[in-house]
Amino acid sequence: MTAVITDPPDTTASTTRRELMTGVLQRQGAAIALVLVVAVAWFSFPRFGSLDNLRDLALQSSFLAVIALGMTFVIITGGIDLSVGSVYALGGVLAAYGSQYGFLVALALPLAVCGLIGFVNGVLVARTKMAPFIVTLASLLFARGLLLAITDEGSNTYRVPADSAFIELGRGTIGGFGYPVFIAAVLCVIGGIVLRRTRFGQSVFATGGAEQSALLMGLPVARTKITVYTMSGVLSGLAGALTAAYLQSGVTVIGVGTELDAISVVVIGGTLLTGGAGTVLGTVIGVGLRNVIQNIINQIGTLDSNYQSVVSGAFLLVVVILQRSLARTKPRR
Amino acid sequence: MSATTLAPAGFDRARAARWLQEYGVYVAVVALLLFNVFFTANFLTLGNFRTQLVQAAPVCIVALGMALVIGTEGVDLSVGAVMALAASFIPLYLGAGPIPAILIALVVGLVAGTFNGFLVAHLGIQPIVATLALLVGGRGLALVIAEGQLVQLHDKTFLELGDGDLAGIPISVWIAGLLSVVMALLVGRTTFGRRLVAIGGNRTASGLAGLPVKSVLVGVYAICGLLAAVAGVLATARLGASDPADIGLLMELSAITAVVVGGTALTGGRVRIVGTVFGVILMQLVRATLIKHNLPDSTAQMVQAAIIIIAVYVARERSTR
Repeated sequence: MTAVITDPPDTTASTTRRELMTGVLQRQGAAIALVLVVAVAWFSFPRFGSLDNLRDLALQSSFLAVIALGMTFVIITGGIDLSVGSVYALGGVLAAYGSQYGFLVALALPLAVCGLIGFVNGVLVARTKMAPFIVTLASLLFARGLLLAITDEGSNTYRVPADSAFIELGRGTIGGFGYPVFIAAVLCVIGGIVLRRTRFGQSVFATGGAEQSALLMGLPVARTKITVYTMSGVLSGLAGALTAAYLQSGVTVIGVGTELDAISVVVIGGTLLTGGAGTVLGTVIGVGLRNVIQNIINQIGTLDSNYQSVVSGAFLLVVVILQRSLARTKPRR
Repeated sequence: MSATTLAPAGFDRARAARWLQEYGVYVAVVALLLFNVFFTANFLTLGNFRTQLVQAAPVCIVALGMALVIGTEGVDLSVGAVMALAASFIPLYLGAGPIPAILIALVVGLVAGTFNGFLVAHLGIQPIVATLALLVGGRGLALVIAEGQLVQLHDKTFLELGDGDLAGIPISVWIAGLLSVVMALLVGRTTFGRRLVAIGGNRTASGLAGLPVKSVLVGVYAICGLLAAVAGVLATARLGASDPADIGLLMELSAITAVVVGGTALTGGRVRIVGTVFGVILMQLVRATLIKHNLPDSTAQMVQAAIIIIAVYVARERSTR
């Protein structure tokens, strides 16, 4: 099972210390970086460790974590989903629109529509063998177009009625931490278990690792792909709904470039874009790392907020180069 | 497999698909032109053609570079960010005159492209991730350089690039046309072009055959960066201001769309320069047609999505390798 994730463990005796170290770095690199960054921030900025800041950090991370969870599954199958940013925004608008008809509609409408978009992505990728990159690029445009169509070309922002129970979903707290944090945490735990401990999770790995072999073994490759893209759509829609509940309105301009954020945190978390390897925990760490760095840049205050993307880009690069040079032992495809 | 089982009818279908793949984009452009001639008011005016061409020029220049990259089985997501980077350097050096400013901007693009190429060719990083890093970081860097500001430009000679004419045709259109010809020659008539296509077709075999795979790849990404910088300079001149926050936003998507619609498969091994130029024109015409018939932006985007899917679906039928 784990052989898919790491190199064949047939060298138990001859494993050198160096190989062990590179293995640790490769798998735990992001975690080590996160610990270092948090430690630095904790001692340098007194406000970083404050409960308020941590709550804020967790809340900000929760929306991206939900999106990145779906993206992790998609990338492990060897695909990519560029539509998540648009679908996220669409989900928010649909939730805000639906909230006037009650809590259930506010939640069900975005999940259904966004899930349908994901399903269509999956069918196109799995059944017609079109490149995931292009299919989801098209649905990026489509979802954004649909969003504009239902908001009078972006001029109409639906507001969640002030007395709606739906607001509680985004604003309610347990011990100071917002509901979205707990929702994201529960989903990630479930996602991690599904990925590692279920038949479906194994066929996700197999599909991304060696599609031909997976097919020959009789695994439901097409169904697996359709499922992961549908999941990605549903989760992006859910993230949008949570955001709408938190902001109490369906903001039309969010989500531009979110797909890139999601992809970079997944990659930083150690999931290979070539597919076949990755963990949910890594993705969560990737999300944490991204937002802690952003938080630090905000704490410094004098620093131009544009440094955020510079740092993110540089960081992504370092991680990928490290992954690449550490994985040299693996034969190229 | 399925073609053989489907017997004669299947054969015809495959041939039709191949024909559509080869000439579909030209047919679509002609059809759309005819539609507009008959059903759109004020379509056959010089002013309209001028506007359409000026709007298409930067996309066309970027798409040319993208076509080369896609021909090597890669993709360059950073083109929009490179445009912004190039644009952000222009006001810094415009004091020394327009030529140095433009040269610096082009060098920035070249360096950015070479950097991408180095990551892809020498470090073996997947093109999507390698160029994603620059997409994420590049625009931020451009904004840092410009201190987050839009900078108005007043140099007359430089602005001439944006709204000047040469023999009645806008300068930017001249540049786009010229570059298209140069790229067509580069792909069709030079060793570099042959090597590029060979590498896109089968990288391992090309390497075994002794082709300088790495330097060709670096060259391709460098050209793509350079062309993006050219587009950045032209877009800046047209706007009359350096605006790193907005310039080239989502350009990577427009360029990839144009290339794909133009019939270049994402699997590499083939570069269609003329097809790409027509792909740009087609997407521009679609947008213009929708706008002129008062269809809102939302519909325009959904129609674009449908066109991309159809184009790729048709292209897919051909891939029998």
